[in-house]
Amino acid sequence: MPIITYREALNQALREEMSRDDRVFIMGEEVGVYNGAYKVSKGLLEEFGENRVVDSPIAELGFSGIGVGAAMAGLRPVIEFMTWNFALLAIDQVVNSAAKMLYMSGGQFNVPIVFRGPNGAALQLGAQHSQAFESWLAHIPGIKVVSPGTPYDAKGLLKSAIRDDNPVVFLEGEMLYNTKGEVPEAEYLIPLGKADVKREGSDCSIITSGKMALVAVQVADQLAKEDIHVDVVDLLTIRPMDVEAIYASVRKTQRAVVLEEGWELCGIGAQVVDFIQRECFDDLDAPVLRVHQADVPMPYAKGLEKIAKPDAAKTIAAIKQVMYRA
Amino acid sequence: MASKKKPDPRRDSQSLRVAGDPALDRELLHSMLLQRRFEEKVGEAYALGKVGGFCHLYIGQEAVSTGIIAQLRPDDYVIGTYRDHGQALVRGITPRAVMAELFGRIDGCSRGKGGSMHMFDRHTNFLGGHGIVGSHVPVAAGVGFAIKYRGGDQVCVCFMGDSVVNIGAFHEALNMAALWKLPVLFVIENNRYGMGTSVERAAAVDDLSRRADGYKGMDGVVIDGMDVHAVRTATEAAIARARTESLPSLLEVRTYRFRGHSMSDAVSGTYRPKEELDEYQTMDPIFSLRDAMVIAGTLTVAEWDAMEHEVAATVQDAWDFADASPEPPPAALYEDVLVDTTS
Ligand SMILES: Cc1ncc(C[n+]2csc(CCOP(=O)(O)OP(=O)(O)O)c2C)c(N)n1
Ligand SMILES: [Mg+2]
Repeated sequence: MPIITYREALNQALREEMSRDDRVFIMGEEVGVYNGAYKVSKGLLEEFGENRVVDSPIAELGFSGIGVGAAMAGLRPVIEFMTWNFALLAIDQVVNSAAKMLYMSGGQFNVPIVFRGPNGAALQLGAQHSQAFESWLAHIPGIKVVSPGTPYDAKGLLKSAIRDDNPVVFLEGEMLYNTKGEVPEAEYLIPLGKADVKREGSDCSIITSGKMALVAVQVADQLAKEDIHVDVVDLLTIRPMDVEAIYASVRKTQRAVVLEEGWELCGIGAQVVDFIQRECFDDLDAPVLRVHQADVPMPYAKGLEKIAKPDAAKTIAAIKQVMYRA
Repeated sequence: MASKKKPDPRRDSQSLRVAGDPALDRELLHSMLLQRRFEEKVGEAYALGKVGGFCHLYIGQEAVSTGIIAQLRPDDYVIGTYRDHGQALVRGITPRAVMAELFGRIDGCSRGKGGSMHMFDRHTNFLGGHGIVGSHVPVAAGVGFAIKYRGGDQVCVCFMGDSVVNIGAFHEALNMAALWKLPVLFVIENNRYGMGTSVERAAAVDDLSRRADGYKGMDGVVIDGMDVHAVRTATEAAIARARTESLPSLLEVRTYRFRGHSMSDAVSGTYRPKEELDEYQTMDPIFSLRDAMVIAGTLTVAEWDAMEHEVAATVQDAWDFADASPEPPPAALYEDVLVDTTS
């Protein structure tokens, strides 16, 4: 099977879907002539022309709204945010327009749009460029929120997101674009709303998504050497959340750690813990622990940034704690 | 101090309030009268608790919706603000469906899920009343983008209040509409106030239409919004520009609302003197057309009375229909959040 980067996987998904359906177009800053700020849209302008690969001014609110209107009028826009930090300027269109349109129109106007771009911290980009917005976005009914960690997942999920008749928020990772993985040559789709168990084990569950899924897999492989077998549930889609996959894993392992990139308060982990306590209370042998970013804006200094971020060491410590092996 | 110059429909009017083609005039008069009497009824329903939430009446501004929407083709698009009852009616959503929506009933045009501020109708390409000031302006540009993308010759008309010219979304949308030559009519209904803030206290520009100057190729036009013919004439040109040349326009239509901002606001309020309201009421778009027609001999008093009767019956029928329509069942709560993609 070919091994390609996460970036190439996304590029393939865009190219395939644009070839398949001429209602699909991509719009955003630097997506065309510049080939994409992170080169995800590389070569698409040349292949599909400037009507379908549209360089926008720096106007997140405006071009997101243009995407919503185009979707209401029958097109299938892919709106690229250079990063999700900048999408805060457009959050009104995601939350008040895209997520509400079907409901407030009584089912008449759906908005088949994808809002995509890198989310979360990279390296030393400082407070304004290092934020993970999963929980903000997953809070909103009326949209789907997807967060793939591997090239395989990124491609299959982006293709499904583009074909979905609903607004889909697609969270990529700046640190993921260069990561590599196996991606089959033949076309495939990954359904939204279904988790993937990335490692099987019976001692403890890690529930996670996105970039943190890679950390979880690394942790599982490392702990296997100590004869601790971790079940890694990669949610892939955060809204709607595959709660059955979480329950199945926790019922098997009876212990869980929730690992996420964002902050603690009202984070994804808080919700996962709530699901677990309601449905798996009697299955649990230990309180569920959470691993997340420190409750501070991201610092620039290398050492501080490292201790602010969730990582493998913190996750291993949490697992040993829930297993009373600390 | 800000400029004292006030938009004045009398001073700015290019056309005299004379009657035109009798059949057309009758149509325009009827269209405006229906909105007026319909909304008066909505006011009654609100007082009785049959309509809830925020409710913004359009009374006084009817020449704008009638003057513009009546010229559109069925495949054109209309989008606007929360002050949307008038536009919905002129676009052809039935009085029954609009009233039922106001009553929060299943037969409402948005199945009772939208309410006063969110009228939608797929059949007439009515893309909604929107509740966030300025938010729908880029959405309108997106509709224009889709039209152009497909190589169509439809137009999208976007109604907005005067306060919208001061919000970022408006400028981002106008910039891209001009840059990409999108067939959109941006229509500012300048009723002189955004809630209680006068235009002079909110916008650092005298003529709101001059906002168009910042965008290459965009026409900015001032229109007397109390004269339905003036609205028609000015819009005709803008529609043609959009349809044949795919060019956007910014139309500032000077009008006035005869009621408070919403149902909780007194008719004149603390922010505008009663004399000002009285003065504008002498320019009532409906009665001035009626009087011009009577003087021209194209409308008799008996015909007017008959029109009033017919409209009253239509409005009463809408009320009766809405009142009899069931509330959405509890199961509707979870419907329409997402399109079901499982099948
Ligand atoms: C972004 C935003 N801020 C504030 C409000 C509350 N609000 C609703 S209508 C309104 C005034 C709008 O005035 P204008 O645009 O002139 O329209 P009009 O009501 O006169 O038709 C305000 C402040 C809102 N809906 N959206
Ligand atoms: Mg106003």
